[in-house]
Order: sequence, then C-alpha cells, then structure tokens
Amino acid sequence: MSNTTIVVGLDGSEAGARALAFAKERAKLIGNCTIAIVYVIEWSPFSFQTPEENEERHKRREEELQMAHERVLDPAVDATKAEGFEVIGVLQHGDAADILDATAKKHNASQIVVGRVGARGLKERVFGGVTGRLAASASVPLTIIP
Amino acid sequence: MKRFMTAGLAATALSLPTLAAAQEAVSLDQKVNDVFASSTGWFVNLIFAPLPFEINGAAFPWIVLWLVVAASIFTVYFGFIQIKAFGHAISLVKGDYSDPNDAGEVSHFQALTTALSGTVGLGNIAGVAVAVGIGGPGATFWMILAGLLGMASKFTECTLGVKYRNEYPDGTVSGGPMYYMTKGFKERGLPGGRFLAIVFAIFTIGGALGGGNMFQANQAHAQITNIVGDFSGLITGVIFAAVVFAVIVGGIKSIASVTEKVVPFMGITYVLAALVILIMNADQIGWAFGQIFAGAFTGLGVAGGFVGALIQGFKRAAFSNEAGVGSAAIAHSAVKTKEPVTEGVVSLLEPFIDTVVICTMTALVITISGVLVMDPATGNFVLNEAGTAIKTIDGSSGVSLTSAAFASGFSWFPYVLAVAVILFAFSTMISWSYYGLKAWTYLFGEGKTTELIFKLIFCFFIIIGAAAQLGAVIDFSDAMIFAMAVVNITALYCLMPIVKREMNSYFGRLDTGEIVKHKH
Repeated sequence: MSNTTIVVGLDGSEAGARALAFAKERAKLIGNCTIAIVYVIEWSPFSFQTPEENEERHKRREEELQMAHERVLDPAVDATKAEGFEVIGVLQHGDAADILDATAKKHNASQIVVGRVGARGLKERVFGGVTGRLAASASVPLTIIP
Repeated sequence: MKRFMTAGLAATALSLPTLAAAQEAVSLDQKVNDVFASSTGWFVNLIFAPLPFEINGAAFPWIVLWLVVAASIFTVYFGFIQIKAFGHAISLVKGDYSDPNDAGEVSHFQALTTALSGTVGLGNIAGVAVAVGIGGPGATFWMILAGLLGMASKFTECTLGVKYRNEYPDGTVSGGPMYYMTKGFKERGLPGGRFLAIVFAIFTIGGALGGGNMFQANQAHAQITNIVGDFSGLITGVIFAAVVFAVIVGGIKSIASVTEKVVPFMGITYVLAALVILIMNADQIGWAFGQIFAGAFTGLGVAGGFVGALIQGFKRAAFSNEAGVGSAAIAHSAVKTKEPVTEGVVSLLEPFIDTVVICTMTALVITISGVLVMDPATGNFVLNEAGTAIKTIDGSSGVSLTSAAFASGFSWFPYVLAVAVILFAFSTMISWSYYGLKAWTYLFGEGKTTELIFKLIFCFFIIIGAAAQLGAVIDFSDAMIFAMAVVNITALYCLMPIVKREMNSYFGRLDTGEIVKHKH
C-alpha cells in the first residue's frame, strides 16, 4: 500500500506523454507513490444512433477497448512499471474529465496531471476542453502540463 | 403537384382509397395500380373491414378495435404501468440505474431515441392533419387516449423483445417479435410460435416497403413540390434511393449518423415552433381544448359524428406510434441491460412523446390556426363537397394542411417543414430498412447476397413510392403494418404472463432496495 496516488490522463498524444513524465518525476520525489494511468474513450450515453450502430455497439466497444489497451494504455503501463513504479491502468468509455476526477476520488489521489491540448474544435472553444472542465470541477489539485 | 398530393391524401386517409386514381389517364402507373389493387384489394378490405354493425351511422373498422382493446387489456393487466412507472422511466433514461462498467454499451437513452426516430415522422405531421381534417379537433382527444393506452402495448412488446433477443458469439444482438414468438412460445409450451413468426416477418417486409418506405417517399415529394412547384417524382425518388443506397448498401454510415443527429433537433424545432404559435394565440388555447372535448363527444358536425372522430383519432395514433405493431421491439432490443423490464419501462415514453406530445401539438396548431372552415352560426364544421372531410380554407389536406396551419404563424415555416419532412422521411426509411432486413434475414437467412437483394428491392420501392401515384399500393402497405399488429398482439396475449412475472420481480427488487441507483 503506497502513501498516495497520482492520476495521469493519457490521450495518446505528446501532451499526454509529457504529463506521464511529470507524474513519474513527482512520484519519485514523493516516494512510495502509485501512478494511476487513465485512458478514456470519449463516449456519451446521450448520443443519437442508428439501429445498425446499436446492433453492433457491443462488438465495437470490445474492439475499441482492445485497441486502446494494445496501442496506448498497456505500453505506457508496462514502461512505467519497468521503471519500478507501482502502476494502475484504467480504461473506460465516457467523459474524460468526469472519469479522471472519479478515478482520483476512488483512489484517494493527491493530484491529477493532464497535458494541455490546444482547443481543437468549435465545441471545445465554447464549452471548454477536458482540461478546462477539469480545472473547473476537479476535487483534488490539478496540474496542467503545457 | 396536386396529383401527388391527392395520392398522398388517399394514402393517408385510408378511408379514401384511390380517388385520385380514377382521374388519371391509363398510364404505366395506372396499370401497376390496377394490377396491384385487384390482386391485393381483398387483403386491404379484410384488414380494414368494418364491424357488422354501425355505430352512430359510422362503420367501425375491426382493426381499430383490436388495437384499442389490446392496449386497454395491457393497461389493466399491468396495473396502469404507464402511470406507475413513468417517473422510473425517466430515471432510467437519465442513466441513474446504468452500471458505470457498462459505459460504451447501448444506453437506454440511445435505444429510446433510435426507436423514436423510426416513429416520429410523417405520422405526426401528415397523419394528424388527416385525422383532424376528417375527424375534427375531437379526434385529438381519442388520439391522446389511444397514445396513453398504447404505452402499455409498447411496454409489453419491448420487454419481450429484450428478454428473447439473440446474442451472437461476435457480440451483435438481434431481437424482435420473431424471436419472442419462437422462443417465448416454446418456453410456455404453446404451439404455433414458429408459424406466427414467419407470418409476422412477411408482414414486416410488406410494412417496411410500404408505410416505412413508399408512403414516406410519396409524402416527402408532396411537400417538396408544395414549395418548389411541380416536378417529376422520379427525380425525388432517384435522389432518395441513391442516398438510402449509399447508406444501406454502400455502408456510408456517416449519412445515417448525421441524420440521426439532425432529426432530434428537427423534432425539437417542430415542437418549439408549435409552442410559439400556441403562445402567440394563448387566448385561444382554452377554446381549442373546448373544441377538442366537445368534438370528442359530439363530433361538431364531422362525418360519422363522434364515432368518426374516434376512429380517426385511434387509427392515426396507432399509425403514428406503432404501439402493438412490433416494430419497436426490434429497435429497442439492442440496449445493454440485465433486466428486460427496464427497456419495457423506457419504451413506454415513446408513445407519450410521439403521440401525447408531438401529435397533440400538430392538432392544436391546426385547430387554432383556423384552417378548418367552421360555420359561425352553428359552431359546427363545414364539410367539403364530397362530404368526406372538413372543408379547409385552401382545400389542402395531409402534410400541406399542417404546412398551411403553421404558415399562419410563421410564413416561412413551410420551408422548415419541408426540410423536417425530408429528414423525418429519410430517418424513418433507414429505420424501416433495418426492421425489414431483420424480417428478411429471419426468413431467408443471413448472408451478403440475401441481404443485398432486400436492400436493392428496398431502394427500388423508394423510386416507385415517390414517382408513382399508387393509392392502392400504399393502402396495401398500411394494411401490412396493421396486419403486423394482428400477429404481434396475438403473441403478446400469449406471452403477457411472462412479462408480468418479470415486472413483479423487477419492481419487487426495486422496492426492497436490491436494485439501486448507481449515481450518487
């Protein structure tokens, strides 16, 4: 049982990798600290779908999970473990800001680390990206890595 | 243009078969029409046959009674589930009871909206105009009542749809009346399940090609010509068919998913526009409801009196929300849930939104707009020359009557309505192509070639529906949709004890706290 946990948001981008690097640094300084690496597949239960999409949804979900494990999460978890850290990997569908915060609560984390990604689309400009929403709602200290 | 409007009206007003056909010269369309009418007329007559006695001088089609009796029986048998579980339905749709570990699977909201996009459409716009145009505002009362009762039918069929769906090794799911007929009957030791399933599948294919396809194409074309002027329906048909082809054969899912995302907003826009018109005429809302109640019990001079109003209301409600038809059981069955009852509960919102909310909006706007001609001396409606429907200020009916009514509030609304009609027609076609395909593969087996054959037939019928004036064909397809209800409701009667057991078990566990909310 480690003293504390740092939650890191991974999104397969450079910024996510920098966030993980920062978290490792912190964890090393804290000592006996678990790193929870979180990868979220953006998904909303309130989207509109065709009957065919619904029929295949379960299958697609399995494929999405498998792909995320293989390409992003597992390599990051394995590499971090290999460096001697205690690591938890979390992979879930949903809203990234919600899930990062929920993970932090669940593991009693001391902070959340995410990479900053520039606003990408109109929706993000209006409603704010994951980092923006997390900054507004996180229940633990949040570090945003530029 | 009028030609297609008349065809559209004849299609919608099942009681006015092929009036337009008689006026046409003998063309290819006409020949197709005649051959079709003579070979299928008996079936249409059988489905819409009147009861052997007249009520208040009006013939009462037995199929209407069949649907209403079933909905009433389910309502009583399940202890007014539509009232009892209404709040729970909303909780379920909000996701309060969804397991977070199932994130990424089909949610209750998604199953509901997918099913809704198959039912919200021309029935709410054109069908209601026909009901009010023939049966007067009083038809609205019966329509709302039928909608409320229909919620129990939906509950029954959708619970069974989820309970007896097929889950394949590759993770895809397939459900619908075909499966509960075979599996459910077997479980109860009843004979004939397989037979019912086959008959149901045949009718579903007919309904998919007719009400779910030709009727949609026809009315969409009618609304387009209403705005841009007359042009060949072939053009509309070919464009529609090409787009549908691209989606269902070409697998260009993006078109379908874009439509799925736009359609709900069109629905909301439609309801908002209706609300704004109602607010602008707020002083008349009380009067309009007065008309609806008075008309429901006196008829206010419409053909057939209050029975005429009742038949139109019940018929259009059934056509619009498809409760008891069985189509929803196919659409709802993909949801991720361990409890079939939850989807049944969610599905009872469907007739509520479709009929009690959206259809009522249309009816209120038509009533308030004053497009129906009334005799100020008697307070009764004036009938048209044929005496079959209420006279309208510009002689319009069906979708163009709704259009005229909305235009009295916003002159530009017909353009918005045209876009809405096209999108609704398109999304209904996509939904029904799926229902039809499920029935088709049930009969002929799954496989690339058999599926392709159905999809090609489906696209071909879009062109026929938009281009030709096929009152008889569409009458037949409407009859097919109601025929689905004959088979489906028979099965529901046989299987309703299973639904009751599930329901009691579920609500029992909900009461004892065994089933809890996941949200904090």
